[in-house]
Amino acid sequence: MNRPGKRAKALSRLFLFCLLSALALLVWWPLWSMAEGALMPLDELNAALGPVLAGREGEAFWPLLPSWPTLQPLAELLLDTPQFFVMFWNTCKLVFPTVLGQLLVGAPAAWAFSRFRFRGRRLLFTVYIVLMLMPFQVTMVPSYLVADGLGLMDTLWAVILPGMFSTFPIFIMAKGFDAVPDALLEAAALDGAGPLQTFFRIGLPLGMPGILSALVLGFLECWNAIEQPMTFLKTRSLWPLSLYLPEIAAEKLGLAMVSSLLMLAPSVLIFLFGQKYLELGIQSSGLKE
Amino acid sequence: MNRRWQTPWRRRGSISKSGADRAAPPRAAWAFLAPSLAGVLLFVLFPFADTVRRSFFDPMGGSFVGLANYQSVLANSAFRLAAKNTARFIAVCLPLLLVLSLALALMVRAAKGGGRLFRTTYLVPMAVPVASIALLWQALFAQNGIANSLLSAMGSRPVDFMGTGAAFWVLIFTYLWKNSGYDMILWMAGLDGIPQSLYEAARVDGASNFQCFCHITLPGLLPTLFMTAVLSLLNTFKVFREAYLVAGSYPQTDIYLLQHLFNNWFADLDLGRLSAAAVLVAAVLLTVILLFQRVLNRGDEL
Repeated sequence: MNRPGKRAKALSRLFLFCLLSALALLVWWPLWSMAEGALMPLDELNAALGPVLAGREGEAFWPLLPSWPTLQPLAELLLDTPQFFVMFWNTCKLVFPTVLGQLLVGAPAAWAFSRFRFRGRRLLFTVYIVLMLMPFQVTMVPSYLVADGLGLMDTLWAVILPGMFSTFPIFIMAKGFDAVPDALLEAAALDGAGPLQTFFRIGLPLGMPGILSALVLGFLECWNAIEQPMTFLKTRSLWPLSLYLPEIAAEKLGLAMVSSLLMLAPSVLIFLFGQKYLELGIQSSGLKE
Repeated sequence: MNRRWQTPWRRRGSISKSGADRAAPPRAAWAFLAPSLAGVLLFVLFPFADTVRRSFFDPMGGSFVGLANYQSVLANSAFRLAAKNTARFIAVCLPLLLVLSLALALMVRAAKGGGRLFRTTYLVPMAVPVASIALLWQALFAQNGIANSLLSAMGSRPVDFMGTGAAFWVLIFTYLWKNSGYDMILWMAGLDGIPQSLYEAARVDGASNFQCFCHITLPGLLPTLFMTAVLSLLNTFKVFREAYLVAGSYPQTDIYLLQHLFNNWFADLDLGRLSAAAVLVAAVLLTVILLFQRVLNRGDEL
């Protein structure tokens, strides 16, 4: 075997790490800037970003460190800006019912696809896969027709209901249920457990990784959603943070920075704690049926 | 990788004659499915059928107009522009994304111990809400923004990022930034699925790293490639978020995408044309998905 010298090996390793680090900077710099922007005093922020966002003269810059870190914008946001809480709460009111609904509706359906063989299963699963792959633009008119027909336009339900019945979490959860060993189910059947008992006692606990994967992916998707609320919510007081944020940027730079960071926080926390499941979920999304 | 997931099905098939099947009659399956199926029918399938019907009718009076809506959509200059831009965006960014994420996957694996940190790093952008970085992006790519400050510091001329064709590349960059991590994980799963013994055997035969990569790694990743490409293709539609939050409803013409068009037609409640356009997009995507599925299934038989 052709064994390269130790030195060459060390060099190529160094090169690899440099390259990886350079790419990683592209991720860390924006995150650092977000955190840092939230700590910058207002006058510094205005001097730095005013040229771009408030139409001032000069060029924008973004200092690497705030000259005088302050929590004042954060305090102002938390104490004096009730709209922020309304928007934050709106986001929660959209995200949590949707994800919870995906779990309640999706887990049994995923169990059925994974563990039962019935006539039409293959066709139906293909339909579900096709639906999960369709972008919002295709389902926009159908969702509007239903929301309009049920008188739900401009209510949170117009966003929540179609999201609840998304088929993507079902696909992920079904992959998780596929990993439940058959022997356990046979044993349960021999013990006389009915389908419901089997589902609750064996399916749910053992399929938990798949369920958590679907929940993490669902949360990130909903928290980030822009298209649906933008299309179905006309009343501004119903808007989630994702729609509202760009609006405050022009007027109140300091507040915009802090609220950007606070919008980022839950998402990043879920990511850090659920990374294992996130990766699992991504992997299952890549598995063909 | 595919085979791993197929075994449970086969095994289950073989036990279907035993007690398991009696304990789980098809009726139970439909009961488990019922809530989801009802929702999908009510919120997606029936209204989509209605959308197809509407695409053949006059949105105002409700009289049958045949293909008039489709003709109007296809003749519409905004639709042509948007379709062209969307196709161009996909054609440019999909190969870039696949190659970049594969490179990331290979490098992160090669980094062994330190790979964990980088793996997390590249995945983070997925969790970053577009709305919260929109500000930063605006500051970066404005005419007198940070990117231009850097450019002029290095002595080159400033670029009008959001006002010229450069906007297209800003959008490509943003898409790659956000989605490379997802695809990297898919590639890594694919790489894990290639049996180590193949490499060992090849090494015994004196194959070089490069030969191993060309003759073992690449063919072994083929199934991963198809699924990753499909998922990424359909994810490209979400780039609208970035485009909208950074550049608004009517951005520079090179990044006026189908998604903007749908949005603007929706604002006008132009349901006839909107339905026809939705059916067209659905038909194109359905064809792509079924083609991919075909290719995947053929790959299995080999």
